[in-house]
Amino acid sequence: MNLDLTSTGDLARALLPELTLTAAGMLVLLVTAWRHTSGRDLRIAGWVTLTGLVAGGVAVWWLWWHTARAAGPPSMIAVDDFRFVTDGLFLAAAGLTVLVSFDYLEREGLLVPEYYVLLLFATLGMMLMAGGEDLMVVFLGLELMSVSVYVLAGIDRRSGAAAEAALKYFLLGAFASGFLLYGIALVYGATATTNLTQIAAQVRSLSLVQSPMLLIGLGLVLVGFGFKVAAVPFHMWAPDVYDGSPTPVTGYMATAVKAAAFAALFRVLVEAFGGVTAWKPIVWWLAVATMVVGNFIALAQHTVKRMLAYSSVAHAGYLLVAVAAASWAGSAALLAYLFAYTLVTLAAFALLAAQGREGERDVRIDDLAGLGQRRPWLALALAVCMLSLLGFPGTAGFIGKWYILVAATMAHENVLAAILVLTSVVSAGYYLPVIMAMYMKPQPFDQAHAGVRLGRPAAVVVAACVVGLLVLGVRPNPLLDLARSSAIVPPARAATPATGR
Amino acid sequence: MPLPLLPPLTLLWVVPALPLAGSVVNGALALAAPRAKRAVSLVGVGVLVLAFAAAALAVVALAQLHPSAPLVVRYWEWLPVGDLQVAFALQLDQLSAVMILVVTGVGALIHVFSVGYMRGDPGYARYFAYLNLFVFFMLTLVLGASFPVMFVGWEGVGLCSYLLIGFWFTEKINADAGKKAFVVNRIGDFGFLVAMLLIFRHTGSLDFGAVFPKASAAFPAGGPVVTAITLFLFLGCTGKSAQIPLYTWLPDAMQGPTPVSALIHAATMVTAGVYLVARCGPLFALSPVGSATVAGVGALTALFAATIALKQWDIKRVLAYSTVSQLGYMFLGVGTGAYAAGIFHLTTHAFFKALLFLGSGSVIHAMHRAYHATHAHEDAQDMRNMGGLARYMPWTAALMWIATLAIAGIPPLAGFFSKDEILGAAFARGAVRPAWYVFWGMGLAAALLTAFYMTRLMLYTFHGPNRTGDREREQLHEAPPVMTGPLVALGVLTVLGGALNIPPLFGGGARLEHWLAPVTDVALTPAPDASPATAWALVASAVLVAALGMVGAFQLLRPEALVPARLAPPARGLGRLLWKKWYVDELYDAIVVRPVLWLSREVLWKIVDKRLVDGLLVNGTAAASRALGWVGSRLQTGEVGVYVVLFVVGVLAVVGAVVR
Repeated sequence: MNLDLTSTGDLARALLPELTLTAAGMLVLLVTAWRHTSGRDLRIAGWVTLTGLVAGGVAVWWLWWHTARAAGPPSMIAVDDFRFVTDGLFLAAAGLTVLVSFDYLEREGLLVPEYYVLLLFATLGMMLMAGGEDLMVVFLGLELMSVSVYVLAGIDRRSGAAAEAALKYFLLGAFASGFLLYGIALVYGATATTNLTQIAAQVRSLSLVQSPMLLIGLGLVLVGFGFKVAAVPFHMWAPDVYDGSPTPVTGYMATAVKAAAFAALFRVLVEAFGGVTAWKPIVWWLAVATMVVGNFIALAQHTVKRMLAYSSVAHAGYLLVAVAAASWAGSAALLAYLFAYTLVTLAAFALLAAQGREGERDVRIDDLAGLGQRRPWLALALAVCMLSLLGFPGTAGFIGKWYILVAATMAHENVLAAILVLTSVVSAGYYLPVIMAMYMKPQPFDQAHAGVRLGRPAAVVVAACVVGLLVLGVRPNPLLDLARSSAIVPPARAATPATGR
Repeated sequence: MPLPLLPPLTLLWVVPALPLAGSVVNGALALAAPRAKRAVSLVGVGVLVLAFAAAALAVVALAQLHPSAPLVVRYWEWLPVGDLQVAFALQLDQLSAVMILVVTGVGALIHVFSVGYMRGDPGYARYFAYLNLFVFFMLTLVLGASFPVMFVGWEGVGLCSYLLIGFWFTEKINADAGKKAFVVNRIGDFGFLVAMLLIFRHTGSLDFGAVFPKASAAFPAGGPVVTAITLFLFLGCTGKSAQIPLYTWLPDAMQGPTPVSALIHAATMVTAGVYLVARCGPLFALSPVGSATVAGVGALTALFAATIALKQWDIKRVLAYSTVSQLGYMFLGVGTGAYAAGIFHLTTHAFFKALLFLGSGSVIHAMHRAYHATHAHEDAQDMRNMGGLARYMPWTAALMWIATLAIAGIPPLAGFFSKDEILGAAFARGAVRPAWYVFWGMGLAAALLTAFYMTRLMLYTFHGPNRTGDREREQLHEAPPVMTGPLVALGVLTVLGGALNIPPLFGGGARLEHWLAPVTDVALTPAPDASPATAWALVASAVLVAALGMVGAFQLLRPEALVPARLAPPARGLGRLLWKKWYVDELYDAIVVRPVLWLSREVLWKIVDKRLVDGLLVNGTAAASRALGWVGSRLQTGEVGVYVVLFVVGVLAVVGAVVR
């Protein structure tokens, strides 16, 4: 299906998922304006949100199924499989977050149905960001997402930690956005366009590869994205914010927000700056620093939530390796890894949220002792999550890492691949103690895990994620086929055939 | 060559998937509802019965095609890396057809038996989860269409064997036996892996369908590479199938529940090595040294293990050494190139040895209950505490007699035909290569001993006066129908199993041999047929020897003179040597285990591990990471200002790198 984006009808079709989500957001806003007093109202808002997300998913699927492609002059929005697949990922992450939030919000007494509205708008922002074919659309999407997530981080107004998290996130985020916007401005100054493919064309025709203005602009754009993906040294906000936010929000930030930033970063780098080599060493060093620092500092953590926060920084490093590969294989590996990582991280944070009333922040790794005897199912799920995060064979985490390694070695980034493997070994030092505590240590006192409660929707999410991890670990082919067929083909190698369903 | 496959064949995956599903369900039940025994039995046995039905359907479909090449069903590519394509693919040919029928058929009977045997065990669900998982891996092993898939099954059955030997892991001796089996098997697996790497290096593939046709072109006959491959493969077999020198784990493996011994350590898993040699026949055919080693080690093991079985008192240990000995026969068969005979013996052995083990399980069950009722602490497995049990358990006794006659090689029971095939083939090969006359002689001697020790087992267990104890005697009863039922079924198979492959000499059609021909023809280097007169003479000698062994046992052994185990004097002289199993365990302990332990403790642990790894690497890394963490935490002050400063430093670094 070819869509002529200059015609209004076709443009509306191309934007159908975004329009659906906007409508859903407005609807939930209306609903919550009238009903916002009881737990029941909260659940209604949740279900409406879920319906909206499903409708958005159907719209994405519809475009994907008809292999929608843009025709005509360069446009503001990309119409390709990469966008559809990442959209699906954001929608899925948001949907699972909604399910996890049901019980959490009620348990914590957070009677704020706006929570769901913000979730919807954040997701909308991600879709624009990852689907933007123009730096301005990318920036608008990023800001829409960020502002929503700033508020989500501080949604628990009684919690000092949450307020601190939100404020820090906001201050630093605004700071980083400034750099990003300035970078975009410089790029515009050098190329007189903000359209990604136009930038690439201008770089070629005006031979701007050495232009300082373009390069500094590129560097600042990298800084802006580096902040969003929590790459070292722009990661400092991540542990504090992840730690302080409500746990389902943390799960959402660690997965969907990160995935959106990576998708947009990859698209911008490959489509607009594919001809510029200057960013490769920077991403290389960012990847190394992020893997090393993330893994080593995670080693020193005592609470599970903070450990997972640093682990999420480390995983950003692995994903940067895929970006550094900057190839078709790297793009496929990025998608596959994002899927696996989203599943495992959402499940892990959902399990953490179940650990206890008003205090999952303080759950230390030692507090999990004896969980294997008391709650065998929960412990099993958490063990699978830890193994998948570690990249243990038989889980989706292994497949994801494997494909990043393949992409890196194919791009002759052997040192990067070696560092990935070595830092993964380090990561065993903080993932495995969780399993050890659960299964090899006796519970500290009799009623140690009596307060652990996983609501039914959250349990469904965890079960689905864990089963998905195991199935994809043994039979990753559907995921890999999807990732391969939706990968972005770098312009330099556009001759390589890649698509086809 | 893509053949249009019928539905039962494309659905081949159902056969292994069923036990896997059963294992998952039973594992879940073990966690969630350990008391739901009815559901566990239903699932555990049900999946096996269904798997047998599915296997039978697939084999019937195969029989209609009777293709000359294996039917390969590729399900999905797993890890395509450069030239190495690892696919999840299953293959069905005449050989794996026989194997899946044996595994699911005998497996189903043993699962039924387990329902009665394990009834009172608190780990009932866990037991069936393991047992189902074992069947899944065993089916993967025999159905895998490439070395890697086969290796997954190979390792998986090893894992299940470990879990089930140490099933009652709270007793140290059981856990130790499991560990021993695992460690000894590692040595064999090393051989398998090396062989696999060599095969990939020289043929560029690991799929059976690609390796075997290439084999004769890739390897010069008798060349060093193919000899190394076959020897390393056989090293793997000696571990898994308990041959010299790696057989020592199998008798210890009898610490597991008796149905496990029947299924894993007699009927199926330990025969995986025989299957491997038969499967890799095209390779072994190229290496005279390799096949001579297989046959020679097989014959030696058959004889050696039979001597040890002569003086064991533990009923299961006698059967364990007997299994080692019978596996030796199978290797003699496949090493001779008589693949059909080896697989035939594998099949009949699965019937009668499963029967013997389940029968002994029935005996142990009764003995155990009797001692349990009176709170006596006697050994329920020691034959010196038994005697005269035929009066209390007539069904078990009668059925075990049938199996004894079969294993001794008395016509027309199953064991007679299969053992005779192997000895006949070995003798015929002697005409080409005289070493086989020696192997044949060893096999014949082992047959004599087999008849003797099995008769001894029966006499001491079921006949003569009872030595269990006066109070205990009243508690001895026959097992419930759920246990005797499978015994009867196996008894029928033991009687009729020989009909599978009656040789032309007796007017039969050698059906199994013809069935296997598409697989074995590639591999077989035909030996000259013996003249009918020689053949009859061989048969007569085998029967004579079997009869001699049994009559000798009746004449020499005096069950009346035995005393219960706790009163018995220690054995002396040759008897002691045999009772102590030729001191092989002690020998291994002295020359392998102790030096390795010493090296591990004094060098690897105290120097390498404690000083180097712990001291330098672990503590050093920990110190380094603490330092890094300290730096990190210094910077991670929680103050936004510090973060911004670092951020700006990062920006300067990035911009500096870009402009440079």
